[in-house]
Amino acid sequence: MTRKINAAIIGPGNIGTDLLYKARRSETINPVWMVGVDPASPGLARARDMGLKTTADGIDGLMAQAAADDIRIVFDATSAYVHRVHAPRLKEAGIVAIDLTPAALGPYCVPPVNLRDHVGRGEMNVNMVTCGGQATIPMVAAVSRVQSVAYAEIVATVASESVGPGTRDNIDEFTRTTSGAVAAVGGAREGKAIIIINPADPPMIMRDTIHCLTDDEPDQEAITRSIHEMVREVQRYVPGYTLKNGPVFDGRRVTVWMEVAGLGDFLPTYAGNLDIMTAAALRTGEMIAEEILAGTFTPSAS
Amino acid sequence: MDIRGRKVTLHDMSLRDGMHAKRHQISIDEMVAVATALDNAGVPLIEVTHGDGLGGASINYGFPAHSDQEYLEAVVPVVKRGRISALTLPGIGTVDDLKMAVGCGVQCIRVATHCTEADVSRQHIGMARDLGVDTVGFLMMAHMIEPEQLCKQALLMESYGANCLYITDSAGYMLPDDVTARIRYVRERLKPETELGFHGHHNLGMGIANSLAAIDAGANRIDGSVAGLGAGAGNTPLEVFVAVLDRMGVEHGVDLYTIMDCAEELVVPMMDKLVRVDREALILGYAGVYSSFLLFAQRAQAKYGISARDLLVELGRRRTVGGQEDMIEDLALDMARAAGKAV
Repeated sequence: MTRKINAAIIGPGNIGTDLLYKARRSETINPVWMVGVDPASPGLARARDMGLKTTADGIDGLMAQAAADDIRIVFDATSAYVHRVHAPRLKEAGIVAIDLTPAALGPYCVPPVNLRDHVGRGEMNVNMVTCGGQATIPMVAAVSRVQSVAYAEIVATVASESVGPGTRDNIDEFTRTTSGAVAAVGGAREGKAIIIINPADPPMIMRDTIHCLTDDEPDQEAITRSIHEMVREVQRYVPGYTLKNGPVFDGRRVTVWMEVAGLGDFLPTYAGNLDIMTAAALRTGEMIAEEILAGTFTPSAS
Repeated sequence: MDIRGRKVTLHDMSLRDGMHAKRHQISIDEMVAVATALDNAGVPLIEVTHGDGLGGASINYGFPAHSDQEYLEAVVPVVKRGRISALTLPGIGTVDDLKMAVGCGVQCIRVATHCTEADVSRQHIGMARDLGVDTVGFLMMAHMIEPEQLCKQALLMESYGANCLYITDSAGYMLPDDVTARIRYVRERLKPETELGFHGHHNLGMGIANSLAAIDAGANRIDGSVAGLGAGAGNTPLEVFVAVLDRMGVEHGVDLYTIMDCAEELVVPMMDKLVRVDREALILGYAGVYSSFLLFAQRAQAKYGISARDLLVELGRRRTVGGQEDMIEDLALDMARAAGKAV
């Protein structure tokens, strides 16, 4: 068996549990700890059943054991507010944080767009933007790598069942962080993000609409090709990422309509929004693990 | 129905919901003229923003002629007797937009969510309350759930700090009994000091009847729109409602002749197309579809040759909610392809 890098997941909710399912299949990440704050949490019980060590003492419980268990990477699936407390503790301990909350303390990471940019940078905290960001920014980047984009706007529509209390309690964090990353990572000069929650039963599969306004007349052929290539890139880790319609060209407007079906690991397939988040986070963690294993990156507190 | 002696607060929507019917292109001069006339008529609350609320400026919903801030800065100073309100939909607008609006002198913030999703409004309702403005929770598409479920959501918004709740018939689908059941159930369970309102659309021609049913069941705030300028077949036509309330002896404080003149001389001439129960507006009410989908469906019909009526019926069947305008062109593309058209 090849060596793996030990990791912990904080937040035994939907996202943390789905991430655990995926991490158990990883060739480079070894999930050791699941960390929560509620001893009665079903997520902690599930993790225990899968053979993980668990604590209900939050970050304190983890930090007491992290060195002994050689934890090098922590996936934080709590909330933006809580991650702001965790981040300095993890950094002090020399543990790399992969932040699945919209706290956006570290640089944004959208794997098919800028994962390679993070290689060799020794970043101790990377942020996975938001589910809507992971699902849409690759499409913005697919247009902006062909020609300049003045403005990009994304509309993420998600099933009510798939939106947890953290997101609901601070939906502005979603809007702001996604808008910021649409510009910063997607390559548009200005970004806007809209999230719509739909309670239909049976739940709808995540839908994302991406509009770009190019500066000049869009090069239809090159943009269409770029979009199809980018869809294939995302499908490498989220097979259910599907171009439903478009690109439609209307003057300088370029629009694509995506559907994101999940793998159905822990969460149902309709919750593609959560799946693309956990898949992107794991892919990012694996890249960091590969660097650690290759000796090109030694996480440290300094 | 005996509602004689009841007091209601009327709230005009023409400069917010009416923005849908005007593709968000109302000019500053038009806003100022209408707001001045409404104020002279004694309308106590006047809503001003993009049709989709603060921050609604977008490709998805339409870019307005002016920013929310430009509209508010122009309108707030000319309104002397009444107050200006602003709508915000969490997921579209943020608390930053809300603070901007209050900074411009807005005295009432209405936080709108789909009727099952009240818990996304905690931040926004809390902020409005902290800023000391009249804080309204606005439950949209309220026909889609039963009174019991709706009430749970209303109580959540009340717990976040809303001093007024609205039952909103965004699709103009409700019949008077639907309104009565919802208003009565919620009224009995809110704190006595919490106000309760009704926002109607006229897609089935029920704007007046539904608003009366709401008052009869315990609502004390009613939304309407002068000349009915609003999404779909428009809102409850406010000048008509004022005349009816006069006949029924309800206290509302609005002068009938002044608001009639405003409707006839200012608002009707502003309309791109007469706001009426046309075929597609009727389908909105019949199929239970969000009223602002109207012009988008008509544009998709023109572009892709797919019947707007068929599009709207299918959007209703899929249980789309407010804000999902992006699904209209998507569906039109699917239907065009299925019909063998080149898209």
